[in-house]
Amino acid sequence: MSDVVRPYGDTTGDGMVQLSFTLPIPHDKRAEGAAAQLARKMGLDPAMVVHAKAMGPDFTFFVVYGAVSHLVDLREVEVVERDYPLLGPKEVNAAIKTRLRRPLVVVGGCIGTDAHTVGIDAILNIKGFAGEKGLEYYAEIEVHNLGAQVSIPDLVERSRQTRADAVLVSQVVTQKDAHLHNTRELSAAFREAFPASRRPLLVVGGPRFDEHQATALGVDRIFGKGTTPGEVASYLVHRIAPATPPASPEHRRAS
Amino acid sequence: MSRIPTAAQQLALDPATVRRARALARKVGGPVVRIAKAHTTVSVERATLRLAGLAGADVEGIPWANRLVDVVRDQVGLEHGVALPVWDAMARSGDDLTVLAQKAAAGSVTFRVPDAGAARTAARRARSAVAQGFRRIDRNRRTREKLIGRYGDPPTPWVYLIVATGDIYEDIPQAQAAAREGADVIAVIRSTGQSLLDYVPEGATREGYAGTYATQENFRLMRAALDDTSKELRRYVRLTNYASGLCMPEIATLAGLERLDMMLNDSMYGILFRDINPIRTFVDQRFSRAVHARAGIIINTGEDNYLTTADAVEAAHTVTVSQLLNEYFAKEAGLADWQLGLGHAFEVDPELPDSFRLELAHALLARALFPDAPLKWMPPTKHMTGDVFRGYLLDAFFNLAGELTGQGILLVGMMTEAVVTPWLSDRDLALQNVRYVRNAAGNLREDFRPAPDGFIATRARAVLGEAVELLERIAADRGNAPLLTAIGDGTFGLMKRPADAGRGLDGVVRKAPGYLNPALDLLAEGATR
Repeated sequence: MSDVVRPYGDTTGDGMVQLSFTLPIPHDKRAEGAAAQLARKMGLDPAMVVHAKAMGPDFTFFVVYGAVSHLVDLREVEVVERDYPLLGPKEVNAAIKTRLRRPLVVVGGCIGTDAHTVGIDAILNIKGFAGEKGLEYYAEIEVHNLGAQVSIPDLVERSRQTRADAVLVSQVVTQKDAHLHNTRELSAAFREAFPASRRPLLVVGGPRFDEHQATALGVDRIFGKGTTPGEVASYLVHRIAPATPPASPEHRRAS
Repeated sequence: MSRIPTAAQQLALDPATVRRARALARKVGGPVVRIAKAHTTVSVERATLRLAGLAGADVEGIPWANRLVDVVRDQVGLEHGVALPVWDAMARSGDDLTVLAQKAAAGSVTFRVPDAGAARTAARRARSAVAQGFRRIDRNRRTREKLIGRYGDPPTPWVYLIVATGDIYEDIPQAQAAAREGADVIAVIRSTGQSLLDYVPEGATREGYAGTYATQENFRLMRAALDDTSKELRRYVRLTNYASGLCMPEIATLAGLERLDMMLNDSMYGILFRDINPIRTFVDQRFSRAVHARAGIIINTGEDNYLTTADAVEAAHTVTVSQLLNEYFAKEAGLADWQLGLGHAFEVDPELPDSFRLELAHALLARALFPDAPLKWMPPTKHMTGDVFRGYLLDAFFNLAGELTGQGILLVGMMTEAVVTPWLSDRDLALQNVRYVRNAAGNLREDFRPAPDGFIATRARAVLGEAVELLERIAADRGNAPLLTAIGDGTFGLMKRPADAGRGLDGVVRKAPGYLNPALDLLAEGATR
């Protein structure tokens, strides 16, 4: 496969993309011209304004198809690759048993107003996700799923009570970047409540997160959509019960 | 139309089972009503003061209603209600309510629980003051009826759209635009976290978080704007807000005072999803529902929320149980069938075979059990993946199920659910979706008959059976309030909420003999003076 690709419509290399947007102008010939101009500036050439519809007197909605002139260089793509070994449930349990010598405690929930526990449940509930059982299934992992709309102070308190090794937070439905705001609040609260050496590992997940942003948001790891319970369990083992203890046990709880 | 068999007939529901379900809901709900009647809360007492005209806040933004109730509570407790000590103090000082609240906050008022003649004077004056609030609520109800009489009501399902910018002055043009595009009902979503504030913010607000604060002034501004739009469109556009959280009674009161038309008001949502104390919730809810009944407001219950946490097939019967309980509590508080926007949602996993038939079964069951209630039909959220094209298709099936099963209030689904706050174009596309389905299949109900022993009717009967079983299990508990035990055990939405925990518990007070609340009296009597 070539390292340079273009979007695929129905022919290799045709570069075809579709996009839709709204301009704050009344619908007329000039509006369609304006849409075509925007598309060209976005790199679509030729751009076809295939649909334009007035939305009230002051706005017009457009659907545009066109070939993009841009190329994608796969060698320059940056993603967060898995930097820990993927373990099966048996290996996870064995690692915790031999290296941590006590159950690994996980507290999880949805924070903010999000009532959608589908993400956290997929990771934590026995039922699991994508054919993998959730963390509750792991004999050596003690799971406290607090459910929906947990306040951050409650999450801190429960983490303290249960001596949690890791806190898992899911944010599915979000408005106006609420998930980012909530995550920063989460990080600040835990950093305030725990000394660095005793702070639980902070892990957030949800479809709207950018996996690169963990450091910026002050958490240890971000998992995007499609993450399976096995990946999360493997990561927790990697960080909390590593094969060779890290030089500086930043996230190990003094036991 | 009258020749169409009722939904109950179509599903061949056993009338005895339906009666049994209602009897069990009454049996389970009754003890909770007794507990609610035996207690008051800080918010019920503040709502009483607001009915008497107490408004405004101190320099820190804490409402005078909170200040006054807090001082009275510190000095003499709330066991006798706030009315007797407050109107007794007013009779002695000659101050009006606002001045009294200001002086009390400054620490210069000594309250007492009056007796004999002083108590009679205080009770009479309190009643007369609170009655003014109810007369305003009554006038608003008549105004609404007059406007609806003039313009007529839109066909059902009413199209329900949400605005939520955080800034009331941005919300207004968006709401007016949504109404012009076809919305029959505008809901202004509240700012994140308002339900956990133990006071109602004051004034017009421009900074909310993922929603706009519910305040009396915001209510007034939005209702006035929609009155203008109703006149322009010659169609009465209803306004909705949220009577939930720690200030449920006060928000309900402000809604009545400012002629809001619908309020979200669930009997258990705050307990389960906001971890608000169960007793606090049931006391506040009973007061707020009595106010809604008086104000002619339609309530919307929150059963859709259960399906965001639990599986929509496995937990279908918990929705039915909650609807039955919401109906029982609503009627006990004085609401009529036409005011019960009982909730449910289109949340069955679309990957499941026959998912649409399951949705139809659940929706028809709700229609069959509550034939005179304007059911609130909520769009898919849980299985919206970010694939907006698939989301648009799901929303069309949701709209079709709504038309086919005679839902009363249809919250319009957005294909960008779980992606962004709806864009202008999302709303426009969503309304096109509704219009297409209505135009193409709005009358399909006339031809649609589920086979009596087919998949849909069988499934509906099975869900009803499971609901009755669950109610029987709850009722079998020997404690003094089996429903509270069930809520504590995680029966609903899988969340465990014990009766002696949760937010707002410190605002609950057991009534003493001689407790007086003129608002409750005026509500019970339907009196205006």
